[in-house]
Amino acid sequence: MPSVMLRENEGKLSLYIAKKDLEAMVVSLEHDAIDKWGGKIELDDGSAWYLDPLDAKPKLPKTLRVRRA
Amino acid sequence: MTSLNVDEAKGLIEEVLEVYPEKAREDRAKHLTVAEPGQETKGCITSNRKALPGVLTNRGCAYAGSKGVVWGPIKDMIHISHGPVGCGQYSRAGRRNYYVGTTGVDSFGTMNFTSDFQEKDIVFGGDKKLEALIDEVEQLFPLNKGISVQSECPIGLIGDDIEAVSKEKAKELGKSVVPVRCEGFRGVSQSLGHHIANDAVRDWVLSGENKKEVGPYDVALIADYNIGGDAWSSRILLEEMGLNVVTQWSGDGTLNEVKNNVNVKLNLLHCYRSMNYLARHMEEKYDIPWVEFNFFGPTKTAESLRKIATFFDETIQANAEKVIAKYEAQTQAIIEKYRPRLEGKKVMLYVGGLRPRHTIGAYQDLGMEVIGTGYEFGHNDDYERTLEDIKHATLIYDDVTGYEFEEFVKKLQPDLIGGGIKEKYIFQKMGIPFRQMHSWDYSGPYHGYDGFAIFARDMDMTLNNPCWNELKAPWKKIA
Repeated sequence: MPSVMLRENEGKLSLYIAKKDLEAMVVSLEHDAIDKWGGKIELDDGSAWYLDPLDAKPKLPKTLRVRRA
Repeated sequence: MTSLNVDEAKGLIEEVLEVYPEKAREDRAKHLTVAEPGQETKGCITSNRKALPGVLTNRGCAYAGSKGVVWGPIKDMIHISHGPVGCGQYSRAGRRNYYVGTTGVDSFGTMNFTSDFQEKDIVFGGDKKLEALIDEVEQLFPLNKGISVQSECPIGLIGDDIEAVSKEKAKELGKSVVPVRCEGFRGVSQSLGHHIANDAVRDWVLSGENKKEVGPYDVALIADYNIGGDAWSSRILLEEMGLNVVTQWSGDGTLNEVKNNVNVKLNLLHCYRSMNYLARHMEEKYDIPWVEFNFFGPTKTAESLRKIATFFDETIQANAEKVIAKYEAQTQAIIEKYRPRLEGKKVMLYVGGLRPRHTIGAYQDLGMEVIGTGYEFGHNDDYERTLEDIKHATLIYDDVTGYEFEEFVKKLQPDLIGGGIKEKYIFQKMGIPFRQMHSWDYSGPYHGYDGFAIFARDMDMTLNNPCWNELKAPWKKIA
Protein backbone atom coordinates (compact mmCIF):
# COMPACT_ATOMS: atom_id res chain seq x y z
CA MET A 1 0.00 0.00 0.00
CA PRO A 2 2.19 2.84 -1.16
CA SER A 3 1.49 6.48 -0.50
CA VAL A 4 0.95 8.23 -3.77
CA MET A 5 0.39 11.83 -4.67
CA LEU A 6 -2.39 12.64 -7.08
CA ARG A 7 -2.11 15.95 -8.80
CA GLU A 8 -3.59 17.76 -11.71
CA ASN A 9 -1.05 18.58 -14.37
CA GLU A 10 -2.29 20.87 -17.12
CA GLY A 11 -5.81 19.63 -16.59
CA LYS A 12 -4.82 15.99 -16.63
CA LEU A 13 -4.64 13.79 -13.58
CA SER A 14 -1.24 12.36 -12.75
CA LEU A 15 -0.02 10.04 -10.08
CA TYR A 16 3.35 10.10 -8.38
CA ILE A 17 4.62 7.10 -6.47
CA ALA A 18 7.41 8.38 -4.28
CA LYS A 19 8.86 4.94 -3.60
CA LYS A 20 9.22 4.16 -7.27
CA ASP A 21 9.93 7.72 -8.46
CA LEU A 22 7.24 7.06 -10.96
CA GLU A 23 5.30 9.93 -12.39
CA ALA A 24 2.55 8.60 -14.63
CA MET A 25 -0.53 10.01 -16.24
CA VAL A 26 -3.86 8.55 -15.24
CA VAL A 27 -5.58 6.95 -18.21
CA SER A 28 -8.82 6.06 -16.51
CA LEU A 29 -10.44 6.57 -13.15
CA GLU A 30 -13.34 4.33 -12.17
CA HIS A 31 -15.44 6.81 -10.22
CA ASP A 32 -15.17 10.46 -11.11
CA ALA A 33 -18.37 11.90 -9.71
CA ILE A 34 -18.99 14.68 -7.22
CA ASP A 35 -20.10 12.30 -4.47
CA LYS A 36 -17.88 9.35 -5.29
CA TRP A 37 -14.28 9.64 -6.35
CA GLY A 38 -11.68 6.91 -6.63
CA GLY A 39 -11.78 3.23 -7.44
CA LYS A 40 -9.53 1.63 -9.98
CA ILE A 41 -6.86 3.90 -11.40
CA GLU A 42 -5.18 2.89 -14.64
CA LEU A 43 -1.89 4.48 -15.58
CA ASP A 44 -0.29 5.07 -18.94
CA ASP A 45 2.53 2.66 -18.15
CA GLY A 46 0.03 -0.20 -17.92
CA SER A 47 -0.10 -0.59 -14.16
CA ALA A 48 -3.30 -0.25 -12.18
CA TRP A 49 -4.02 0.79 -8.60
CA TYR A 50 -7.06 0.84 -6.38
CA LEU A 51 -8.13 3.78 -4.27
CA ASP A 52 -10.96 3.34 -1.79
CA PRO A 53 -13.64 5.64 -3.19
CA LEU A 54 -13.86 8.97 -1.41
CA ASP A 55 -17.09 10.83 -0.64
CA ALA A 56 -16.01 13.85 -2.60
CA LYS A 57 -13.34 14.84 -5.05
CA PRO A 58 -10.37 15.93 -2.92
CA LYS A 59 -8.51 19.16 -3.36
CA LEU A 60 -5.49 18.24 -5.44
CA PRO A 61 -2.62 17.66 -5.06
CA LYS A 62 -3.29 15.16 -2.33
CA THR A 63 -1.32 12.29 -0.84
CA LEU A 64 -3.39 9.14 -0.53
CA ARG A 65 -2.85 5.47 0.09
CA VAL A 66 -3.59 3.11 -2.75
CA ARG A 67 -3.53 -0.65 -3.22
CA ARG A 68 -2.43 -2.77 -6.11
CA ALA A 69 -5.48 -3.45 -8.29
CA MET B 1 35.76 10.44 -33.84
CA THR B 2 32.75 8.97 -35.56
CA SER B 3 29.28 8.80 -34.13
CA LEU B 4 27.93 5.39 -33.34
CA ASN B 5 24.56 4.24 -34.46
CA VAL B 6 22.20 2.51 -32.07
CA ASP B 7 23.33 -1.03 -32.89
CA GLU B 8 27.01 -0.18 -32.60
CA ALA B 9 26.39 1.49 -29.26
CA LYS B 10 24.53 -1.57 -28.02
CA GLY B 11 27.38 -3.72 -29.19
CA LEU B 12 29.77 -1.50 -27.29
CA ILE B 13 27.82 -1.98 -24.08
CA GLU B 14 27.91 -5.75 -24.51
CA GLU B 15 31.59 -5.70 -25.26
CA VAL B 16 32.37 -3.66 -22.16
CA LEU B 17 30.24 -5.88 -19.94
CA GLU B 18 31.95 -9.06 -21.09
CA VAL B 19 34.62 -9.03 -18.40
CA TYR B 20 32.12 -9.17 -15.55
CA PRO B 21 30.97 -12.43 -13.96
CA GLU B 22 27.56 -13.47 -15.22
CA LYS B 23 25.51 -12.17 -12.33
CA ALA B 24 27.23 -8.81 -12.28
CA ARG B 25 26.88 -8.55 -16.04
CA GLU B 26 23.14 -9.09 -15.83
CA ASP B 27 22.82 -6.49 -13.13
CA ARG B 28 24.94 -3.86 -14.83
CA ALA B 29 23.25 -4.37 -18.20
CA LYS B 30 20.07 -2.94 -16.71
CA HIS B 31 21.87 0.29 -15.90
CA LEU B 32 23.23 0.92 -19.37
CA THR B 33 21.22 1.77 -22.42
CA VAL B 34 21.22 3.59 -25.71
CA ALA B 35 18.63 6.28 -26.19
CA GLU B 36 16.80 5.93 -29.43
CA PRO B 37 14.67 8.53 -31.15
CA GLY B 38 11.01 8.22 -30.28
CA GLN B 39 11.76 5.77 -27.52
CA GLU B 40 9.21 4.89 -24.87
CA THR B 41 10.46 6.84 -21.90
CA LYS B 42 9.00 4.84 -19.04
CA GLY B 43 11.33 2.48 -17.26
CA CYS B 44 14.03 2.59 -19.90
CA ILE B 45 16.76 2.10 -17.36
CA THR B 46 17.15 0.77 -13.86
CA SER B 47 18.35 3.36 -11.42
CA ASN B 48 18.64 4.16 -7.73
CA ARG B 49 19.85 0.67 -6.87
CA LYS B 50 22.66 -0.41 -4.62
CA ALA B 51 26.05 -0.30 -6.33
CA LEU B 52 27.56 -3.72 -6.96
CA PRO B 53 30.15 -4.88 -4.45
CA GLY B 54 33.58 -4.87 -6.01
CA VAL B 55 33.08 -2.16 -8.60
CA LEU B 56 34.24 1.41 -8.31
CA THR B 57 31.32 3.76 -7.82
CA ASN B 58 31.33 7.52 -7.60
CA ARG B 59 28.42 7.86 -5.26
CA GLY B 60 28.30 9.68 -1.97
CA CYS B 61 26.34 8.90 1.18
CA ALA B 62 23.18 10.21 2.82
CA TYR B 63 25.24 12.52 5.03
CA ALA B 64 26.81 14.02 1.90
CA GLY B 65 23.36 14.63 0.49
CA SER B 66 22.05 16.30 3.60
CA LYS B 67 24.99 18.19 5.04
CA GLY B 68 26.84 18.80 1.81
CA VAL B 69 23.96 19.68 -0.45
CA VAL B 70 20.72 20.69 1.18
CA TRP B 71 21.53 21.95 4.67
CA GLY B 72 25.16 22.97 4.38
CA PRO B 73 24.71 26.09 2.24
CA ILE B 74 22.23 27.69 4.66
CA LYS B 75 24.74 30.22 5.81
CA ASP B 76 23.54 31.63 9.12
CA MET B 77 23.02 28.25 10.73
CA ILE B 78 25.65 26.11 12.36
CA HIS B 79 25.64 22.62 10.92
CA ILE B 80 27.17 20.19 13.37
CA SER B 81 28.68 17.09 11.80
CA HIS B 82 27.76 14.83 14.68
CA GLY B 83 30.13 11.89 14.75
CA PRO B 84 33.77 11.27 13.87
CA VAL B 85 35.78 14.18 12.59
CA GLY B 86 36.57 12.99 9.05
CA CYS B 87 33.15 13.22 7.35
CA GLY B 88 32.91 16.93 8.01
CA GLN B 89 36.56 17.81 7.59
CA TYR B 90 37.15 16.11 4.24
CA SER B 91 34.00 17.57 2.72
CA ARG B 92 34.51 21.01 4.19
CA ALA B 93 33.97 23.90 1.76
CA GLY B 94 34.32 21.50 -1.16
CA ARG B 95 31.15 22.48 -2.96
CA ARG B 96 31.90 26.17 -3.29
CA ASN B 97 28.46 27.34 -2.21
CA TYR B 98 29.19 31.05 -2.29
CA TYR B 99 27.59 33.38 0.23
CA VAL B 100 27.69 36.96 1.41
CA GLY B 101 28.54 37.44 5.07
CA THR B 102 31.38 37.41 7.54
CA THR B 103 32.50 33.86 8.15
CA GLY B 104 32.73 33.07 11.83
CA VAL B 105 30.58 36.03 12.83
CA ASP B 106 27.19 35.82 11.16
CA SER B 107 27.85 33.17 8.49
CA PHE B 108 29.33 29.74 8.90
CA GLY B 109 29.25 28.18 5.44
CA THR B 110 32.88 27.17 5.06
CA MET B 111 33.47 26.25 8.70
CA ASN B 112 33.44 22.74 10.07
CA PHE B 113 31.74 21.98 13.37
CA THR B 114 32.05 18.44 14.61
CA SER B 115 31.57 16.51 17.81
CA ASP B 116 34.74 14.50 17.00
CA PHE B 117 33.50 11.15 18.31
CA GLN B 118 35.97 9.02 20.22
CA GLU B 119 35.79 5.47 21.47
CA LYS B 120 34.26 6.49 24.78
CA ASP B 121 31.43 8.31 23.01
CA ILE B 122 30.59 5.16 21.10
CA VAL B 123 30.59 3.15 24.33
CA PHE B 124 28.80 5.62 26.61
CA GLY B 125 26.74 7.54 24.02
CA GLY B 126 27.31 10.99 22.62
CA ASP B 127 24.24 12.92 23.75
CA LYS B 128 26.07 14.67 26.59
CA LYS B 129 28.81 15.65 24.21
CA LEU B 130 26.26 17.08 21.79
CA GLU B 131 24.70 19.14 24.57
CA ALA B 132 28.08 20.50 25.56
CA LEU B 133 28.92 21.20 21.94
CA ILE B 134 25.72 23.16 21.36
CA ASP B 135 26.40 25.23 24.48
CA GLU B 136 29.93 25.93 23.33
CA VAL B 137 28.84 26.86 19.82
CA GLU B 138 26.27 29.23 21.24
CA GLN B 139 28.88 30.91 23.42
CA LEU B 140 31.46 31.24 20.67
CA PHE B 141 29.10 32.22 17.85
CA PRO B 142 26.14 33.96 19.41
CA LEU B 143 24.98 35.42 16.09
CA ASN B 144 24.02 32.04 14.67
CA LYS B 145 20.33 31.82 13.82
CA GLY B 146 19.96 28.12 14.41
CA ILE B 147 21.72 24.80 14.61
CA SER B 148 21.30 21.61 12.66
CA VAL B 149 22.63 18.28 13.86
CA GLN B 150 23.77 16.17 10.91
CA SER B 151 24.24 12.61 12.07
CA GLU B 152 27.06 10.49 10.79
CA CYS B 153 26.95 6.68 10.74
CA PRO B 154 27.79 5.87 14.39
CA ILE B 155 24.91 7.97 15.74
CA GLY B 156 22.36 5.69 14.13
CA LEU B 157 24.32 2.57 15.03
CA ILE B 158 24.54 3.30 18.75
CA GLY B 159 21.03 4.77 18.86
CA ASP B 160 21.68 8.21 20.30
CA ASP B 161 18.56 10.30 20.82
CA ILE B 162 19.55 13.48 19.03
CA GLU B 163 15.90 14.50 18.71
CA ALA B 164 15.54 14.75 22.47
CA VAL B 165 18.72 16.77 22.82
CA SER B 166 17.64 19.07 19.99
CA LYS B 167 14.21 19.68 21.46
CA GLU B 168 15.61 20.45 24.87
CA LYS B 169 18.29 22.77 23.52
CA ALA B 170 15.87 24.54 21.17
CA LYS B 171 13.71 25.35 24.17
CA GLU B 172 16.64 26.50 26.23
CA LEU B 173 18.20 28.69 23.53
CA GLY B 174 15.00 29.87 21.87
CA LYS B 175 16.46 28.98 18.46
CA SER B 176 15.79 26.29 15.89
CA VAL B 177 17.78 23.17 16.61
CA VAL B 178 17.09 20.63 13.89
CA PRO B 179 18.10 16.98 14.19
CA VAL B 180 18.72 15.37 10.80
CA ARG B 181 18.86 11.58 10.70
CA CYS B 182 21.10 11.41 7.66
CA GLU B 183 23.41 8.59 8.75
CA GLY B 184 25.65 7.67 5.85
CA PHE B 185 24.60 4.05 5.66
CA ARG B 186 21.00 4.96 4.82
CA GLY B 187 19.95 4.42 1.25
CA VAL B 188 22.07 3.68 -1.76
CA SER B 189 23.47 7.13 -2.47
CA GLN B 190 23.36 10.78 -1.46
CA SER B 191 19.89 10.91 -2.96
CA LEU B 192 18.26 9.58 0.19
CA GLY B 193 20.16 12.22 2.14
CA HIS B 194 18.40 14.89 0.06
CA HIS B 195 15.08 13.29 0.89
CA ILE B 196 15.84 13.06 4.61
CA ALA B 197 17.02 16.67 4.62
CA ASN B 198 13.84 17.73 2.83
CA ASP B 199 11.77 15.89 5.41
CA ALA B 200 13.68 17.58 8.22
CA VAL B 201 12.96 21.00 6.69
CA ARG B 202 9.32 20.00 6.36
CA ASP B 203 9.00 18.78 9.94
CA TRP B 204 11.22 21.21 11.81
CA VAL B 205 11.27 24.48 9.86
CA LEU B 206 8.25 25.03 7.63
CA SER B 207 5.13 25.94 9.47
CA GLY B 208 1.73 27.39 8.67
CA GLU B 209 2.23 29.79 11.57
CA ASN B 210 4.61 31.79 9.39
CA LYS B 211 1.95 32.39 6.77
CA LYS B 212 1.67 36.05 5.83
CA GLU B 213 0.19 38.08 3.03
CA VAL B 214 1.77 37.23 -0.30
CA GLY B 215 2.56 39.75 -3.03
CA PRO B 216 1.41 38.95 -6.57
CA TYR B 217 4.94 38.38 -7.89
CA ASP B 218 6.58 36.77 -4.87
CA VAL B 219 8.55 33.69 -5.82
CA ALA B 220 11.06 31.40 -4.17
CA LEU B 221 14.23 30.28 -5.88
CA ILE B 222 14.89 26.87 -4.39
CA ALA B 223 17.35 24.05 -4.98
CA ASP B 224 19.97 26.34 -6.46
CA TYR B 225 23.11 25.81 -4.43
CA ASN B 226 24.97 28.86 -5.67
CA ILE B 227 27.97 26.91 -6.92
CA GLY B 228 30.40 29.60 -7.98
CA GLY B 229 27.58 32.16 -7.74
CA ASP B 230 24.97 30.38 -9.89
CA ALA B 231 22.00 31.46 -7.82
CA TRP B 232 23.03 35.07 -8.08
CA SER B 233 23.21 35.01 -11.87
CA SER B 234 19.81 33.27 -11.94
CA ARG B 235 18.29 35.75 -9.57
CA ILE B 236 19.32 38.72 -11.72
CA LEU B 237 17.18 37.43 -14.58
CA LEU B 238 14.19 36.71 -12.38
CA GLU B 239 14.32 40.15 -10.86
CA GLU B 240 14.73 41.82 -14.24
CA MET B 241 11.60 40.01 -15.24
CA GLY B 242 9.77 41.80 -12.45
CA LEU B 243 9.50 38.87 -10.07
CA ASN B 244 10.10 39.45 -6.42
CA VAL B 245 12.47 36.76 -5.18
CA VAL B 246 11.56 36.72 -1.49
CA THR B 247 13.47 33.62 -0.58
CA GLN B 248 16.45 31.95 -2.13
CA TRP B 249 17.92 28.81 -0.66
CA SER B 250 19.81 26.87 0.09
CA GLY B 251 22.66 28.55 -1.83
CA ASP B 252 23.38 31.84 -0.03
CA GLY B 253 20.20 31.23 1.97
CA THR B 254 19.29 31.96 5.55
CA LEU B 255 17.08 30.17 8.02
CA ASN B 256 14.53 32.97 7.86
CA GLU B 257 14.30 32.61 4.11
CA VAL B 258 13.55 28.92 4.51
CA LYS B 259 10.82 29.72 7.04
CA ASN B 260 9.49 32.37 4.68
CA ASN B 261 9.19 29.87 1.84
CA VAL B 262 5.51 29.33 2.68
CA ASN B 263 4.81 32.93 1.62
CA VAL B 264 5.29 32.75 -2.12
CA LYS B 265 3.14 32.41 -5.21
CA LEU B 266 5.43 30.01 -7.00
CA ASN B 267 8.38 27.78 -6.20
CA LEU B 268 11.08 27.87 -8.84
CA LEU B 269 12.84 24.56 -8.60
CA HIS B 270 16.23 24.27 -10.18
CA CYS B 271 17.56 20.94 -8.96
CA TYR B 272 14.59 18.64 -9.25
CA ARG B 273 16.37 15.66 -7.75
CA SER B 274 17.30 17.19 -4.44
CA MET B 275 14.23 19.24 -3.58
CA ASN B 276 11.23 17.89 -5.46
CA TYR B 277 10.05 16.26 -2.24
CA LEU B 278 9.72 19.62 -0.56
CA ALA B 279 8.18 21.25 -3.63
CA ARG B 280 5.54 18.53 -3.75
CA HIS B 281 4.90 18.92 -0.04
CA MET B 282 4.48 22.68 -0.30
CA GLU B 283 2.14 22.24 -3.23
CA GLU B 284 -0.07 19.96 -1.22
CA LYS B 285 0.03 21.73 2.11
CA TYR B 286 0.51 25.40 1.30
CA ASP B 287 -0.98 25.53 -2.20
CA ILE B 288 2.23 26.69 -3.80
CA PRO B 289 2.70 25.41 -7.35
CA TRP B 290 6.20 24.62 -8.50
CA VAL B 291 7.96 24.67 -11.80
CA GLU B 292 11.24 23.22 -12.93
CA PHE B 293 13.49 25.45 -14.95
CA ASN B 294 16.82 25.29 -16.70
CA PHE B 295 19.15 28.27 -16.88
CA PHE B 296 22.02 26.63 -18.77
CA GLY B 297 22.58 28.12 -22.22
CA PRO B 298 20.52 30.83 -23.95
CA THR B 299 18.02 28.53 -25.66
CA LYS B 300 16.99 26.80 -22.46
CA THR B 301 17.13 30.03 -20.46
CA ALA B 302 14.73 31.74 -22.85
CA GLU B 303 12.48 28.68 -22.79
CA SER B 304 12.48 28.65 -19.01
CA LEU B 305 11.85 32.39 -18.67
CA ARG B 306 8.79 32.02 -20.89
CA LYS B 307 7.63 28.97 -18.95
CA ILE B 308 7.95 30.79 -15.64
CA ALA B 309 6.13 33.82 -17.08
CA THR B 310 3.09 31.72 -17.97
CA PHE B 311 2.34 31.48 -14.25
CA PHE B 312 1.89 35.27 -14.08
CA ASP B 313 0.05 38.06 -15.88
CA GLU B 314 0.85 39.91 -19.13
CA THR B 315 3.22 42.36 -17.47
CA ILE B 316 5.59 39.58 -16.47
CA GLN B 317 5.17 37.85 -19.80
CA ALA B 318 6.06 41.06 -21.64
CA ASN B 319 8.99 41.56 -19.28
CA ALA B 320 10.26 38.07 -19.97
CA GLU B 321 10.35 38.86 -23.68
CA LYS B 322 12.18 42.09 -22.89
CA VAL B 323 14.79 40.25 -20.84
CA ILE B 324 15.29 37.70 -23.60
CA ALA B 325 15.64 40.48 -26.19
CA LYS B 326 18.00 42.45 -23.99
CA TYR B 327 20.54 39.66 -23.80
CA GLU B 328 20.23 38.56 -27.39
CA ALA B 329 23.09 40.65 -28.72
CA GLN B 330 25.36 39.56 -25.88
CA THR B 331 24.58 35.90 -26.45
CA GLN B 332 24.99 36.21 -30.20
CA ALA B 333 28.45 37.66 -29.73
CA ILE B 334 29.46 34.76 -27.49
CA ILE B 335 28.15 32.17 -29.91
CA GLU B 336 29.87 33.88 -32.83
CA LYS B 337 33.13 33.92 -30.95
CA TYR B 338 33.18 30.39 -29.56
CA ARG B 339 31.00 28.32 -31.85
CA PRO B 340 33.56 28.09 -34.67
CA ARG B 341 36.10 26.82 -32.14
CA LEU B 342 33.80 24.24 -30.60
CA GLU B 343 31.48 23.21 -33.42
CA GLY B 344 30.98 19.48 -33.84
CA LYS B 345 32.92 18.48 -30.75
CA LYS B 346 31.63 15.49 -28.79
CA VAL B 347 31.02 15.58 -25.07
CA MET B 348 30.47 12.87 -22.51
CA LEU B 349 28.98 13.76 -19.16
CA TYR B 350 28.77 11.94 -15.89
CA VAL B 351 27.48 14.12 -13.11
CA GLY B 352 24.75 14.21 -10.50
CA GLY B 353 21.54 16.04 -9.78
CA LEU B 354 20.30 17.97 -12.78
CA ARG B 355 23.39 18.61 -14.90
CA PRO B 356 23.45 15.42 -16.98
CA ARG B 357 20.35 16.78 -18.73
CA HIS B 358 20.36 20.52 -18.04
CA THR B 359 23.75 21.28 -19.54
CA ILE B 360 22.96 19.49 -22.82
CA GLY B 361 21.18 22.59 -24.13
CA ALA B 362 24.16 24.80 -23.37
CA TYR B 363 26.49 22.48 -25.28
CA GLN B 364 24.10 22.42 -28.20
CA ASP B 365 24.05 26.20 -28.28
CA LEU B 366 27.80 26.02 -28.86
CA GLY B 367 27.37 23.45 -31.61
CA MET B 368 28.63 20.62 -29.45
CA GLU B 369 26.99 17.25 -29.18
CA VAL B 370 26.50 15.21 -26.03
CA ILE B 371 27.10 11.57 -26.96
CA GLY B 372 26.87 10.05 -23.51
CA THR B 373 25.38 11.10 -20.24
CA GLY B 374 24.61 9.58 -16.88
CA TYR B 375 23.70 10.24 -13.29
CA GLU B 376 25.49 9.18 -10.16
CA PHE B 377 22.31 8.99 -8.15
CA GLY B 378 19.41 9.78 -10.50
CA HIS B 379 16.05 8.10 -10.23
CA ASN B 380 13.61 6.98 -12.91
CA ASP B 381 11.99 10.38 -13.18
CA ASP B 382 15.38 11.95 -13.92
CA TYR B 383 16.01 9.59 -16.80
CA GLU B 384 12.56 10.25 -18.22
CA ARG B 385 13.32 13.94 -18.20
CA THR B 386 16.72 13.30 -19.78
CA LEU B 387 15.30 11.49 -22.79
CA GLU B 388 13.42 14.63 -23.77
CA ASP B 389 16.69 16.50 -24.13
CA ILE B 390 18.94 14.09 -25.98
CA LYS B 391 19.15 13.23 -29.63
CA HIS B 392 19.90 10.01 -31.50
CA ALA B 393 21.95 7.14 -30.13
CA THR B 394 23.12 8.70 -26.92
CA LEU B 395 24.72 6.38 -24.46
CA ILE B 396 23.01 6.49 -21.06
CA TYR B 397 24.78 5.07 -18.04
CA ASP B 398 23.48 4.96 -14.50
CA ASP B 399 25.94 4.86 -11.60
CA VAL B 400 28.64 3.98 -14.11
CA THR B 401 31.61 2.10 -12.71
CA GLY B 402 35.16 3.33 -13.10
CA TYR B 403 35.96 0.50 -15.49
CA GLU B 404 32.90 0.98 -17.69
CA PHE B 405 33.39 4.72 -18.00
CA GLU B 406 37.02 4.31 -18.98
CA GLU B 407 36.16 1.71 -21.60
CA PHE B 408 33.35 3.83 -23.05
CA VAL B 409 35.70 6.77 -23.31
CA LYS B 410 38.42 4.70 -24.95
CA LYS B 411 35.98 3.52 -27.60
CA LEU B 412 34.04 6.71 -28.17
CA GLN B 413 37.01 9.08 -27.91
CA PRO B 414 35.01 12.18 -26.96
CA ASP B 415 36.61 15.61 -27.31
CA LEU B 416 35.58 16.65 -23.83
CA ILE B 417 34.44 14.95 -20.67
CA GLY B 418 32.46 16.60 -17.91
CA GLY B 419 32.55 14.84 -14.57
CA GLY B 420 33.83 15.15 -11.05
CA ILE B 421 37.17 15.30 -9.32
CA LYS B 422 37.31 11.51 -9.01
CA GLU B 423 37.37 11.06 -12.77
CA LYS B 424 39.33 14.15 -13.67
CA TYR B 425 42.91 12.98 -13.48
CA ILE B 426 42.32 9.58 -15.04
CA PHE B 427 40.96 11.17 -18.18
CA GLN B 428 43.44 14.00 -18.26
CA LYS B 429 46.23 11.43 -18.11
CA MET B 430 44.55 9.64 -20.99
CA GLY B 431 44.95 12.91 -22.89
CA ILE B 432 41.30 13.87 -23.02
CA PRO B 433 40.24 17.41 -22.07
CA PHE B 434 38.19 17.37 -18.89
CA ARG B 435 35.98 19.86 -17.04
CA GLN B 436 34.67 19.33 -13.56
CA MET B 437 30.95 19.83 -13.83
CA HIS B 438 30.31 19.63 -10.08
CA SER B 439 32.35 22.62 -9.02
CA TRP B 440 32.69 24.19 -12.49
CA ASP B 441 36.43 23.55 -12.06
CA TYR B 442 36.68 26.46 -9.64
CA SER B 443 35.10 28.80 -12.17
CA GLY B 444 31.48 29.85 -12.60
CA PRO B 445 28.74 30.90 -12.45
CA TYR B 446 27.31 29.00 -15.42
CA HIS B 447 23.63 29.89 -14.98
CA GLY B 448 21.83 32.53 -17.01
CA TYR B 449 23.09 34.67 -19.86
CA ASP B 450 26.11 35.99 -18.02
CA GLY B 451 26.96 32.49 -16.91
CA PHE B 452 26.81 31.24 -20.49
CA ALA B 453 29.67 33.58 -21.41
CA ILE B 454 31.79 31.97 -18.72
CA PHE B 455 30.64 28.49 -19.68
CA ALA B 456 31.62 29.03 -23.33
CA ARG B 457 34.97 30.50 -22.39
CA ASP B 458 35.76 27.64 -20.02
CA MET B 459 34.84 24.95 -22.54
CA ASP B 460 36.99 26.62 -25.19
CA MET B 461 39.84 27.14 -22.75
CA THR B 462 39.85 23.45 -21.85
CA LEU B 463 39.22 21.94 -25.24
CA ASN B 464 41.52 24.09 -27.32
CA ASN B 465 44.29 24.25 -24.78
CA PRO B 466 47.67 23.73 -26.51
CA CYS B 467 48.78 21.40 -23.72
CA TRP B 468 46.86 18.48 -25.25
CA ASN B 469 49.34 18.41 -28.12
CA GLU B 470 52.29 18.21 -25.76
CA LEU B 471 51.37 14.99 -23.98
CA LYS B 472 53.69 12.87 -26.06
CA ALA B 473 57.44 13.27 -25.64
CA PRO B 474 58.92 15.06 -28.68
CA TRP B 475 61.17 12.14 -29.63
CA LYS B 476 58.20 9.76 -29.66
CA LYS B 477 56.21 11.89 -32.04
CA ILE B 478 56.12 10.87 -35.65
CA ALA B 479 57.63 13.73 -37.60
